[in-house]
Amino acid sequence: MATPLSRDFAFPGKPRRAGILARKSTQQAIIKYAALVVIVIGAAVISVPLLWMISTSFKTDQQVYLTPPVWIPNPITLQNFITGLTIQPFGLFFKNTLIITLGSTLGTVLSCTFVAFGFARLRGIGRDFWFIVLLATMMLPGLVTMIPVYLIFKGLGWLNTFKPLIVPSFFGGPWSIFLLRQFFLTHPLELDDAARIDGCGYFGIYWRLMLPLSRPAVAAIAIFSFMGNWNDFMGPLIYLSDQHKFTVPLALSFFQSTPTYTGHLNWLMAVSLVALLPCLLIFFFAQRVFIQGIVFTGVKG
Amino acid sequence: MYKSLLRHYGHTYLVETAWLYFFIFPWLVGFFLWTAGPMAYSVYLSFTKYEILTPPSWIGAKNYVNLVKDPLFWQSLKVTTVYTFVSLPLGLAGSLAVAVLLNQRVPGMSFWRTIYYVPAVVSGVPVAVLWRWLFNPEYGIINWLLWQLFGIQGPAWLYSKTWVIPAFILMSLWGIGGGMVIYLGALQNVPTEIYEAAMLDGAGAMRKFLSVTLPMISPVIFFNLVTGIIGSFQVFTSSYVMTAGGPSNASLFYLLYLYRNAWQYLKMGYASALAWVLFWIIMAFTAISFRSAGGWVYYEGMARAR
Repeated sequence: MATPLSRDFAFPGKPRRAGILARKSTQQAIIKYAALVVIVIGAAVISVPLLWMISTSFKTDQQVYLTPPVWIPNPITLQNFITGLTIQPFGLFFKNTLIITLGSTLGTVLSCTFVAFGFARLRGIGRDFWFIVLLATMMLPGLVTMIPVYLIFKGLGWLNTFKPLIVPSFFGGPWSIFLLRQFFLTHPLELDDAARIDGCGYFGIYWRLMLPLSRPAVAAIAIFSFMGNWNDFMGPLIYLSDQHKFTVPLALSFFQSTPTYTGHLNWLMAVSLVALLPCLLIFFFAQRVFIQGIVFTGVKG
Repeated sequence: MYKSLLRHYGHTYLVETAWLYFFIFPWLVGFFLWTAGPMAYSVYLSFTKYEILTPPSWIGAKNYVNLVKDPLFWQSLKVTTVYTFVSLPLGLAGSLAVAVLLNQRVPGMSFWRTIYYVPAVVSGVPVAVLWRWLFNPEYGIINWLLWQLFGIQGPAWLYSKTWVIPAFILMSLWGIGGGMVIYLGALQNVPTEIYEAAMLDGAGAMRKFLSVTLPMISPVIFFNLVTGIIGSFQVFTSSYVMTAGGPSNASLFYLLYLYRNAWQYLKMGYASALAWVLFWIIMAFTAISFRSAGGWVYYEGMARAR
C-alpha cells in the first residue's frame, strides 16, 4: 500500500474521491513543514554575511579580529558609527545620493508605467517594430552608449553635476518598461474592453485600471529603481569628480582601501551598514504596498 | 496619404495608433537622444583613434584587429563567459526554488521572505566591501565556517587565481532574492481557480507545479533568463571594488577592462570597439533565448492581442 504522499505522485491524473480530503490535509501539513525546515536552513546561511557585518560594526577595536569571531560584541559600542561617518563627510555624501535617487526614481516610475501601457495594451502601426527596438536597447551594454553620452553631457557642461544621473530616467528605462509590459500582458484584454464600454478613455484605463491592478509590479519597479539608483556606482564614478559631489557608493569605494578604514574594519562596516540602511527602510515600508497589491491584483472571476 | 491610411487601417485603428505614440513618446525621445544617436556615434568611434584631447582620427578596422591580438581581451572574455555560464543557471533555479518554497503558507512567511530578499536589497559597493572581508583568508567568516562545520581548510579566495571566480559566483548566489521577488509576484498572479480546477481533476502538488505554475509564470522565467544573460555579462562594481581584476587578471571582467580602456587609458576608440564586440556576443545569446521562447512561454493577454 502506497503512502498518501507517493500516491499523489504515482497517479497524478486520477480523480479524487471525497473521502480523501482528510488525508489531503495531513499530506499538506507534511509538505509545509518539510518546506519550513529547508527555508530555515537556507535563511540561516543567507543571513551570515549581514549578521557578521552588523556584529562587526558594534565591536571595539580589540574584538574585531578575534578567532573564533565574536558574534555578540561585548561591550557594544556606537563609536564606530560616529567616527566612521565623520572622519570623512559622509553626511554630505548621503544628501547627494538622496537627491539623485529620489529624482530618478520619480522619473522612472512615471515614464516607465506610461510607456509600458502603450506597448502592452494598445495596437497601432509600428508597435512591434518599436518594441523590438526597445528590446535591442535592453541588450545594449551600457558602455556602447556611455562614451558618446558622456561626450553629450560634457558638451552641455553637465559634467560634475547630478543632471546626467537624474534627467535620463524621465525618458523611460527599457528594463522597467519590459518588466511592466510583461505584467500588464498577464491581465485579460476583456478588462480594457469593459472599461471602454463604460466610457473610459485610454488614459483612464492606464491610470484607473492598469496601475491599480499592477500595484505589485509598479511597487517592484519603484523599489528596483530606488535601489538601483542608490547603489549606482558606474554613473557617479564617471560623472562626478569633485569629492563634495560624491555619492555614498563612490565615496565608499574610494575610501575603503585607505589605511583609515582598512585598519578599522569596525568603522568600515559601520559606514557600509548605514549605506545599506535607506534601502532596507524603503523595503520594509514598501512591503505593505506589496501585500495590498496582491489583494487588488488579478481578475478572480 | 491620410485617406489611403484610413482606407487601409480604418478610423479606430488610426486613433489607437495615435494613442500608442502618445504613450510611448517619452521613451521614443529618450531613445533618439540617449541611445540611437550615441550608438551611431559609437560605431564611428570604434573605427577611430580617439584619446579625448585630439579629435577622433579614422583608422579603419585597426581597433578590431588589435583586439583579436590583445591577450587581455581574450582573458576578460573568458572570465566573463565562465562566470555567466555557471552563475546564471544556478541563480535562476535557486531563485525559483526559493520563491516556490516561500509561496507556501508556512508560519512566519513574510519574515522568511524578508530574510531572503534582504541580500538583493543591498547590492552595490557596500556589499562588495563586505564580501571582500568575508572572503579574507585569515579573518574571513567563510573560511572559519568551512573549518568549523566541515573541517575544510578554505582557499585564498580573492587572492587565488583558481578560486577568485568561484568566489564571485558564490557572491552572486547570495542575491537570488532579487529573482525570487519577481517570481513571487508572478506566482501570486496565477488565478486560484486554475489550481482549484487542477485539484478537482486530481492533480498532485508536482503535477500542479509542472502543468499550472510553470506555464503561468513562464513569461517571468523568460524575463529573468534574458535579463540574467544581459546582467551577468556586465558585472562591474564587484570586480572594481573587490579585486580590481586581480590576481594576475584572473577576475578581469569584460566591463572592467572596457572601463579601464575608456576612462583610465582614455582609449575611447578602442573601448568603443570592445563595447561592440560585447554587444554582439550578448545579442547572440539573447537571440537564442528568444528563438526558443515560442515553445515554452505562454501569454494570456497575447492570445487575443495578435
